[in-house]
Amino acid sequence: MFDWLQNFADWLIYTVFAIPANSRLGESLNFFVFDTLKIFILLFIITTIMGIVNAYFPVEKIRNYLSRNKLYGLEYIFASSFGVITPFCSCSSVPLFIGFVKGGIPLGITFTYLITAPLVNEVAIAIFAGAFGFKVTALYVITGIVLGIIGGFTLGKLKLEKHLTPWVQNIIANAHTEEVLEVEHISLKKRFPGILKEALNIVKNVSIYIIIGIGIGGAMHGFLPTGFFEHYINKGQWYAVPLAVIMGVPMYSNAAGVIPVIQVLVAKGIPLGTAIAFMMGVIGLSLPEAMLLKKVMNWKLIAIYFGTIAFFMILSGYLFNIIL
Amino acid sequence: MKTNIKVLGPGCPKCKTTYNNVLEAIKQTGIDAEVQKIEDIETMMQYNVLTTPVLMINEVTVVKGRVADINEIKQLLMQ
Repeated sequence: MFDWLQNFADWLIYTVFAIPANSRLGESLNFFVFDTLKIFILLFIITTIMGIVNAYFPVEKIRNYLSRNKLYGLEYIFASSFGVITPFCSCSSVPLFIGFVKGGIPLGITFTYLITAPLVNEVAIAIFAGAFGFKVTALYVITGIVLGIIGGFTLGKLKLEKHLTPWVQNIIANAHTEEVLEVEHISLKKRFPGILKEALNIVKNVSIYIIIGIGIGGAMHGFLPTGFFEHYINKGQWYAVPLAVIMGVPMYSNAAGVIPVIQVLVAKGIPLGTAIAFMMGVIGLSLPEAMLLKKVMNWKLIAIYFGTIAFFMILSGYLFNIIL
Repeated sequence: MKTNIKVLGPGCPKCKTTYNNVLEAIKQTGIDAEVQKIEDIETMMQYNVLTTPVLMINEVTVVKGRVADINEIKQLLMQ
């Protein structure tokens, strides 16, 4: 699918710049050109597609749907899948949380949505696809959805309502399902220029992180020998996966740049399961989000919420290390 | 009549950008407007929002969940 791009990178580096193909510099530059272009193309395509999907399934519609329908447990699957298609900014997590519980949506389902929405987002999908190919991306997306379902279900069973701040408990006590939020009705044709602009904006905003990430990755790609990290991190070390998840949490804002670096780490010998666990920590858990959630939860609940997600991330890391 | 503009958002970068864009749009159009920045979650929830930032002109939600650029806000103000 990207052969033409590889040909272009080969031509540019080896013919135009006349850098020898078997040199370290040549390999690094070739990787940089190929990966940057590939990721930017994918990012633009995927954010545009997501923008179109989202025009049909805005979050208001999803909330109304979940609020009105009791689906005997299937709503966990819906909430998690909806989390994939809606864009998510950590600053929206609190209004979303309140909006959901206000509409009588159970806490567990609200958590499911809140877990999947940031974990599987359009930027992560695009960079994953560019860095690891579509098979690993599909694996990541499915794991994210399952993790949201299991995580939300577990949290729902723990009866955590008492750890919410009093004004939120008040809202839950007065929750009613009839309340329907307005949904904008604009034709796709009218909306499309806006969607394209938004997609370009997203690409622009993360481009600097991606370029830095691929730059570091490119340097390591050319200059580190294959299998370099195998001595330090391998499947035998039980603590590698939990450590990877925890180390990922503070890197949230650089998620776009972290994935291209990890791609190279995997190529140089780090187990894929450990790497996926690390990236889940980077993308799915963020400290700014925890600070915002303080408005609706006490510290204990925030710790339980993050702890549960981290636990399942670690579990999937081990699982991938076993099966992959 | 003075135009009432509200920017709702818990203080994230996107909300700040929206707020600054609103100020710039007002400056460029010269419209007589008062701008309120609502950062308190409890107040925000009275407006039934799900995604932030939200831009409201005269109590009507015109943009939600994304940053509106200066030109877009200018157009909205002119209507």
